[in-house]
Amino acid sequence: MKVLACIKRVPDTGAKIVLTEDEQRIDTSGLGFTMSPHEECAIEEAVAQVETHGGSAHVLTLGPPEADEQLRTGLAMQADEATLLETDEEEWSPRATADALADGIDRLDDEGFDLLLFGNESADAANYQVAVRVASELGYPCVTGIKDLEVEDGTAIAKREISGGEEVYEVDLPAVVTVKEGLNEPRYASMRAKMQARRQEIESVEPRAETRAGGLEKVRLEAPETDDSPAEILGEGSEAVPEIVEILAEEVEVV
Amino acid sequence: MILALVEHDKGTPEELSLEALAMARELATAEGDSLEAVAFGDEADALGDELGEYGVEAVHCVAHHHLERYAPDAWAESVVQLASEREAKTITAPGTDRGREVLARVGTSLDAPMATNCLAVDIADDGAYELRRNRWGGSLIEHARLDGEHKLLTAAEHEFPIEPAASPTEPSVSTFEPDVDDDLFAVQVDRVETGDEEGIPLGEARVVVGGGRGVGSAEDYDQLEELAELLGGTVGASRAAVNEGWRPHDDQVGQTGAKISPDIYIACGISGAVQHMVGCKGADTLLAINTDSEAAIVQKADWAVIGDLHEVVPELNEVLRDAA
Repeated sequence: MKVLACIKRVPDTGAKIVLTEDEQRIDTSGLGFTMSPHEECAIEEAVAQVETHGGSAHVLTLGPPEADEQLRTGLAMQADEATLLETDEEEWSPRATADALADGIDRLDDEGFDLLLFGNESADAANYQVAVRVASELGYPCVTGIKDLEVEDGTAIAKREISGGEEVYEVDLPAVVTVKEGLNEPRYASMRAKMQARRQEIESVEPRAETRAGGLEKVRLEAPETDDSPAEILGEGSEAVPEIVEILAEEVEVV
Repeated sequence: MILALVEHDKGTPEELSLEALAMARELATAEGDSLEAVAFGDEADALGDELGEYGVEAVHCVAHHHLERYAPDAWAESVVQLASEREAKTITAPGTDRGREVLARVGTSLDAPMATNCLAVDIADDGAYELRRNRWGGSLIEHARLDGEHKLLTAAEHEFPIEPAASPTEPSVSTFEPDVDDDLFAVQVDRVETGDEEGIPLGEARVVVGGGRGVGSAEDYDQLEELAELLGGTVGASRAAVNEGWRPHDDQVGQTGAKISPDIYIACGISGAVQHMVGCKGADTLLAINTDSEAAIVQKADWAVIGDLHEVVPELNEVLRDAA
């Protein structure tokens, strides 16, 4: 079985997000980069499915040259191959991203992938649509928001949480599945695996995307105002307990 | 015409659908356009009375012999056909799993752009939409333009107030029979498995006691469990605590976990990373118990206790127990 995990490089934001002066992006000076937790689960699932069923696990991203760092994380988690659809720093719209990914997936492999995994939504833009659009372009079925996945005899059995339980889908492979954190526990890469991943070759491919008139276009970003009024300090240690009880009883009325 | 997808439970509209409907109505009012709703499933025809209060002029109930179980491609195709017949250029959906995935599929059929997590939408002079939408779970706002022959939008959670329209309507209720091929049922709910859920779900709890890395071990959550029980609430956890294996992922509060909206969130030993805070920003009040007075959570809390949760929580439990 050939399994693909698609990921996105995003800033590893700390306790406060600071914007650049032109309000076009997050000021990443001093910040590291990562991928969404959903996507770590996508990589883990790709590798685990290949460990169970045989085959190969492939990691793909559309991003700047530096996104090879996230691809190497995938390789260190025991993915077999990694491909970068290399862009400049600019952000691509969800439609352009989906176009480029679908085209890239087509060119990556003649036989095609059996299972294509995405995060349910990206950590930053959260457009909730790239995977659905890619599936449509490739003509594959797509299930989203999955937290439980099994593959048996060419069928993906995928479960999504609903109020009071789970709804179960059974779709024939090849299929696109978007996953949520909680699907599995992503493995920690050993130091040795990280060292090996550093030496592995990453294929860099120029993306092709149809640019269409109209669409969704970012104008600028805004850091919403937060209430910075300091907390009322009730006290230190257990001496504050009477104050807590008063608040629970009088202000919040839960006792 | 603006077409709003409405999810419902046997004729009672879901809260997030009413919020999305509020967004759609704002647009309809601004454009001087009419607002119509599309709904699937049993007893959709009972939606008329309630949706009339929110200014809906027509309710289209989709009927198809294969649609007794949810099928996203078939839903999307039905919406596309209805939108074409009714000449709807703007289509809205609630910010739910179904709302988003159905509308994204409508986007592929109509080759139309879609803006999710919308907070506010204005109409520019050229007819494009100027909107604000949530990024990073709401810790950043994007100002964007949405333009095209068709425009698709989903509403961010709990941002549009559910208020009856100034002038209620008496909507027409009709059945819409789409022409849907069998291959659009390749993805369809096969069955539903009911969970063995114990206690109060995080999203519905009035009190949430959250524990982070400062809790220190799985066993130390016993104290938080007791506090939650004494307050009729439930226990949540930060991603750090879940990663340590102290709590299951279902307990996780944050951008990739549960979004909570209790009367009070008691955050114990949680530092307050952005990704955690977007999960608990719906809480009415926040009490932080933390050894570090400089922790981000202390800055964001209404009240804070500077101290070790292992001291404060047992003492608090004892007082509450005695008072009970």
